[in-house]
Amino acid sequence: MAKRTFVVGCFDDEEILFLAIKKVRSAGYKIHDVYTPFAVHGLDKALGLRETRLHTAGFIYGITGTATALAFISWIFTSDWPLNIGGKPHFALPAWIPIIFEITVLFAAVGMVLTFCYLCQLAPFLKKHHFHSRATDDLFVMVIECIAKTKISELKNFMGNTGAIQIDVQHAETKWWLGTYSKEQQLVDETEVLLSEE
Amino acid sequence: MNISYESQLREPLVNGTKDYHQVTEDICKHIEAKPGKLWYVGFFSAVVLLLIGVVSVSMEVIYGVGQWNLNKTVGWGWDITNFVWWVGIGHAGTLISAILLLFRQGWRTGVNRAAEAMTIFAVMCAGQFPIWHMGRVWMAFFVMPYPNTRGSLWPNFNSPLLWDVFAISTYFTVSLLFWYAGLIPDFGTVRDRAKTKLRKLFYGIAAFGWTGSTKHWQRHEALSLVLAGLATPLVLSVHTIVSFDFATSVIPGWHTTIFPPYFVAGAVFSGFAMVQTLMIVLRKVYNLEEYITMGHIEAMNKVIVLTGSIVGCAYLTELFTAWYGQNKYEGYTFWYSRANLFSPYGWSYWGMMTCNVLSPQVFWFRKLRRSLFVTLLISVVVNTGMWFERFVIIVTSLYRDYLPSSWTTYYSPSIFEIGFYAGTFGLSFTCFFLFSRYFPVIAIAEVKHILKISGKNYKEKVEDIEAEPIEKFAHEYAHKKTA
Repeated sequence: MAKRTFVVGCFDDEEILFLAIKKVRSAGYKIHDVYTPFAVHGLDKALGLRETRLHTAGFIYGITGTATALAFISWIFTSDWPLNIGGKPHFALPAWIPIIFEITVLFAAVGMVLTFCYLCQLAPFLKKHHFHSRATDDLFVMVIECIAKTKISELKNFMGNTGAIQIDVQHAETKWWLGTYSKEQQLVDETEVLLSEE
Repeated sequence: MNISYESQLREPLVNGTKDYHQVTEDICKHIEAKPGKLWYVGFFSAVVLLLIGVVSVSMEVIYGVGQWNLNKTVGWGWDITNFVWWVGIGHAGTLISAILLLFRQGWRTGVNRAAEAMTIFAVMCAGQFPIWHMGRVWMAFFVMPYPNTRGSLWPNFNSPLLWDVFAISTYFTVSLLFWYAGLIPDFGTVRDRAKTKLRKLFYGIAAFGWTGSTKHWQRHEALSLVLAGLATPLVLSVHTIVSFDFATSVIPGWHTTIFPPYFVAGAVFSGFAMVQTLMIVLRKVYNLEEYITMGHIEAMNKVIVLTGSIVGCAYLTELFTAWYGQNKYEGYTFWYSRANLFSPYGWSYWGMMTCNVLSPQVFWFRKLRRSLFVTLLISVVVNTGMWFERFVIIVTSLYRDYLPSSWTTYYSPSIFEIGFYAGTFGLSFTCFFLFSRYFPVIAIAEVKHILKISGKNYKEKVEDIEAEPIEKFAHEYAHKKTA
């Protein structure tokens, strides 16, 4: 959970951003992430991210819903409390289809949203470091992680040549912590505290 | 130049000269500025209506359902009429955001946020009616299937009324999740612009720590698409199930197989009309004419004339079938209780026919489709007509029972039923006023997404490309590919 160093380059046009990503990746730098104000199609492929498997999760939740509803209703109506409704069969599948369908959709939707929030680590009161406040407005923010051998000034120059309009270096925490946006709260950096005590 | 551009022949979805920052500014400025006098007047009027509703419902809870003018045969009156009416209105939002997403209709981006909000508030209003109609409302939880000390005595899973409980509550939950998932990135935008402490706190909590990471956007897109895929059959199922409340019974006028598609079309019809009413006011008050353009209004008017005609077709089919089927009771309900103008409730049937079938036909004319005044007028007329439709279905089938001894009971609502209905207007408008004050009323991120394809100032850039002969363009493009 230590703070790491990043070179942050801001772009104001997604077409320049795509070219820049190509250059940065072929130069061998490690792109930590790209923050965009809206879903830029093809950006995930350009960054080499694999396709999300959220759909599969949704399918599994849906099937779970179907099975739960079918099992629950058939247990109730055939074994726990069989009602004689005009001598009709206890196992009345057609009449259960509406509820089974609704429960399927409910499980799939709720499950997927919760999974989405878990995977993206989204929840109320969570605070994360923002590399640029205009990343949710009109800038496309490319963040490159610096490792030991990275020459920061060289990287900054390189970023400038790819078309970034604004470049800076930030020491930032990549994980989330609890806090609100009303104060400039920072996560206590444990390693830094230890170093200063020595 | 990027090859994927949209022809100028298609009307731009965003007018004016916009860039990404301008979009953020235009949409956020209303929630950052102090509200005008008009907002306070509107909000407090809505709260007063809501309080009238609270008083009316309290009277009903204290003294029982006898406070309503329901009688021996008309056991469902204004309450279920209003329930179906509100549920129908609550179909437009999810239809716009889900079905139009699957159909890749770009124009949904301008209206989906407010329409979905309206949907959620409408479903909240709808839910009130069956709940308070229970009379002993403190036993409302009996509809939930949970192990209990009464047996366990379970609800009847074969009953359409229980299907309704599941359908409406699932629909509400899924709509809410879909809406909120779309709101998270926009809350992020508002949070990062917030100046005051309170705003930073509120929007910081609401944005769930959204950063705009590429991976998050990828998952967000997948989530939206699958939720749209789930919400599409859901939205169709909900009104289908509401229609089953009637269609599975053996009451003449209700016992018809045409009900599910006919109800769904009617729901879309009334929902779009309500969206029109709200959008025309919203775009005017918030100066959003460049985002909710005449093109948007026209597209929704096309849906209104289509669904209105489907509904009209269903009305005529019902009349035909009642005659062709030669069932005495069916014929009596349709041809006397409804279609005869001089029968006690004939006025409601012909009110319905005029408002729902005749009035939307004006939208066959482009000039009228693109007229704000006509659209606003017709949207209100349509919703009046759709209210009549539910009243016709419920009351005209019930007020003349099989026993002529109960024929004299003419049902008209008591003051508390009217107050309850007014109260639900108060509830939905109170919510809508708060929504328009504190939430981004247009999906900011989605508008930015289509801006460079459908924005007016970006479309103008492709003018000279479009003017080129196609052979020359194809030739150049082919060479660029091989180069």
